[in-house]
Amino acid sequence: MEYEAVIGLEVHAQLKTRSKAFCGCMAEFGAPANSLTCPVCLGFPGSLPVLNEKALEYGLRAALALHCSVQSFSKFDRKNYFYPDLPKNYQISQYDLPLALGGFLEIEVSGAKKRIGIIRAHLEEDAGKLIHEEGHSLVDYNRAGVPLLEIVSAPEIYSPEQAYEYLASLKAILKYLEVCDCDMEKGSLRCDANVSLRKPGAKELGIKAELKNMNSFKAVRDALNYELKRQKEVLESGGSIRQETRLWDEVSGKTQAMRSKEEAMDYRYFPEPDLPPFVLSDEEIETIREGLPELPQALKQRFISQYELNSYDAGILTSEKALAEFFEACVGLYPRAKAICNWISGPLSYEFNSRNTRIESLKLKPEMLVRLIKLVEQGVLSNLAAKALLSEMLNSGRPADELIKEKDLTQVSDTKALDELLDKVIADNPGSVMDYNSGKANALMFLVGQAMRLSKGKANPKLVQEALRRRLNNA
Amino acid sequence: MAISKNDALRVAHLARIDLTEDELRLFARQLESIIEFIDKLKELDVSSVSPAAHTPVLKNVLRPDTIKDSLSKEAVLGNAPKSLKGHFLVPKVIE
Repeated sequence: MEYEAVIGLEVHAQLKTRSKAFCGCMAEFGAPANSLTCPVCLGFPGSLPVLNEKALEYGLRAALALHCSVQSFSKFDRKNYFYPDLPKNYQISQYDLPLALGGFLEIEVSGAKKRIGIIRAHLEEDAGKLIHEEGHSLVDYNRAGVPLLEIVSAPEIYSPEQAYEYLASLKAILKYLEVCDCDMEKGSLRCDANVSLRKPGAKELGIKAELKNMNSFKAVRDALNYELKRQKEVLESGGSIRQETRLWDEVSGKTQAMRSKEEAMDYRYFPEPDLPPFVLSDEEIETIREGLPELPQALKQRFISQYELNSYDAGILTSEKALAEFFEACVGLYPRAKAICNWISGPLSYEFNSRNTRIESLKLKPEMLVRLIKLVEQGVLSNLAAKALLSEMLNSGRPADELIKEKDLTQVSDTKALDELLDKVIADNPGSVMDYNSGKANALMFLVGQAMRLSKGKANPKLVQEALRRRLNNA
Repeated sequence: MAISKNDALRVAHLARIDLTEDELRLFARQLESIIEFIDKLKELDVSSVSPAAHTPVLKNVLRPDTIKDSLSKEAVLGNAPKSLKGHFLVPKVIE
């Protein structure tokens, strides 16, 4: 029996405000426990929450970028439940009149585009953090009151791969908007998934399980794969799925049922009396819409048509806003888009990935990379030497010409210097020379490699290969 | 609408309040009279009144995104019945 998977994702994105949603405490990750709290976020009697204007603005930017219709009237509600991560015993959230309704996100899976509906996006406050130890639990309220945007997808995701792409697209958009860091491991982006199976063509949804505790994009995909397999096995063996919350366990690679709730949670939502409602005019909404940056998918299309890049290259360049901006700044200086793209997606990406940093933190200006590329194209530097030089440039923040002069990196192309280099390579590697002479063509490449190593990358590899072949063949 | 003792018990549980048998009967009666009062309000014709979540005096009250001093950890944990390593200490909770 084949089944169709139906997945809906609930994403909580921490909005990148400086202060919390309803008070002036700093919204920062990693501060000493309970050092960022005040009477408002601790819910002391008599305190009064007031909404952070940036939280509202960021929420609106995200909602508009997700093609949602921003509501002209929205309000906050109290969601009541008892749990120690919630100092007030209620969470300020939005219930029946959320910030935005009805949008969509476009994803691309194996070349095909697909729209996934977004049911709603609303603002709420984060809860505190619990640490469970032997015999007791510890509570840190630094995170309590940090603004979140909850984004709820329609149950229109039909595979773990699509779920992964949905998250990746959502992350790209939120990062372009500069409203969320989207670091799942630090918890600034969190994702719960509703998963069920149904027979193909069935209109109704099957009974779903809610998956929690997935701390990376990969974990979401793995957990969904596991859960779909588990549900299929239950159904095929004649059982039925229980509606329950299941936790993903990264170590065992399984989802496990949480103690199931005897009765459905009754949150007794009611309007938050401390926060007046929000009324937005069409003009205000349009002003925010006009302020939205070019979003990743549109930018990718523009790169493809304007710079004649292929979809793969354009995808890499637009994966991060800073990368796309760096690329365009370079092309503005030197209109060789493909060469610049290759340098950015190759050696430069290698550098910032291996340094575990991002392009914006590197001491590299667009004109510096462009100069380096020109030096290679003019034959002053070999590719290999240029790559090594790039690393030096990033370490020191100094331009290529200065370093070349200092380190004497100009490509060795004159024959006398080459001859001396090859003398040494041939003398040092008699075995490989014999191999080559006895017909092993590969040995030549080994010797070329040795010459490049000896010259610290300064030799012109093409000339080395030609000269070496000439000498060995004539020997 | 009649409010039974069981209804009162459920509401008390949601609010984590322990009530005696006598109190449950008392509050069930009082809740019932509150609901009756609301039912009476329902008799009014409000077809020309738009629903309101708040009194319509205030709207769009916002504050700038600026940081203010937080309380000291000593002040924050000073009211806690128990604390450990800078954290509030609570009985073990695993959902």
